[in-house]
Amino acid sequence: MKQLVDVVVNGEHKQIAQGATLLEVLAELELDPRAVVVEHNRRIVRRPGLGDVTVAAGDAIELVHFVGGG
Amino acid sequence: MATAVETIQAMPLTIGGRTFQSRLMVGTGKYPDMDTMTRAIEASGAEVVTVAVRRVNLDRSKETSVLHFLDPKHFFLANTAGCYTAADAIRYARLAREAGFNDFVKLEVIGDEETLMPDVQGLLEAAKVLVQEGFKVLAYTNEDLVTALRLEDAGCAAVMPLASPIGSGLGLLNPLSVRTIKRRLHVPVIVDAGVGTASDACVTMEQGVDGILMNTAIAAAQDPVAMAHAMRLATIAGRAAYLAGRMPRREIAVPSSPNRGMLD
Repeated sequence: MKQLVDVVVNGEHKQIAQGATLLEVLAELELDPRAVVVEHNRRIVRRPGLGDVTVAAGDAIELVHFVGGG
Repeated sequence: MATAVETIQAMPLTIGGRTFQSRLMVGTGKYPDMDTMTRAIEASGAEVVTVAVRRVNLDRSKETSVLHFLDPKHFFLANTAGCYTAADAIRYARLAREAGFNDFVKLEVIGDEETLMPDVQGLLEAAKVLVQEGFKVLAYTNEDLVTALRLEDAGCAAVMPLASPIGSGLGLLNPLSVRTIKRRLHVPVIVDAGVGTASDACVTMEQGVDGILMNTAIAAAQDPVAMAHAMRLATIAGRAAYLAGRMPRREIAVPSSPNRGMLD
């Protein structure tokens, strides 16, 4: 069984399998990668690169989209 | 002879190389429900609709992106609402661009929580960085001419002075300053924030500005769809009246009917 690591996603503590890619994190959260923008440790990761970036303990991930606003 | 509507359609608004038929831009916040929002935006005739960048709710049962409810024919203008520093506004703008729709941003750097007045120093700082990065920056600012000139110098695609504080519905408080900004700038001037009802939109457009952006005036009306329609008409009416050129003001009466031909 894979070891779990603590990461912070949108301010919430989550346990993610060590070595998981950002694409796998999105799948775990049931989020469509086309519908969110991903920021990993303050750096934007473009959609084609989501499968190449792996998550490590203590990482901060922000997943954003558009909401109503003026 | 061309109708007022035809006259307006013959002179579309161009911002940062993009041309828009409607001079009314609308927000997508604060609607009672998504169906009302969709119908109100349709009734407004607006092409540009603003959206905000926020965290996805990780509990997927609760919410979906506003884009789900918006016709893709619209031009999505992301804002940096809620940002209080240049660095935050830059961060939000970059995230918004990554969504892949366009490189326009409605730049807000707020300086005061009570009035939501812009921090013009932070605004200029963020505008310079974002322009360098290729953004088309539409800068939400106050009615100060010098700030507006500096935003233009910084390369902003449009300058957006407020009519009155965001969400206040107080209407155009400073027509002279807005007119002066319009007269002195070369880039489009879009009045953003503060209108409360159709007459406010009309008076604002009569100042000769290039467009108007509003959210609360429509969303918080008792009937948002009807108000959106009224705003559409008022924006067109105000623009048409500006182009028509109003009569001079006089402080004494001048009869409209002939004095001659009266009975003995």
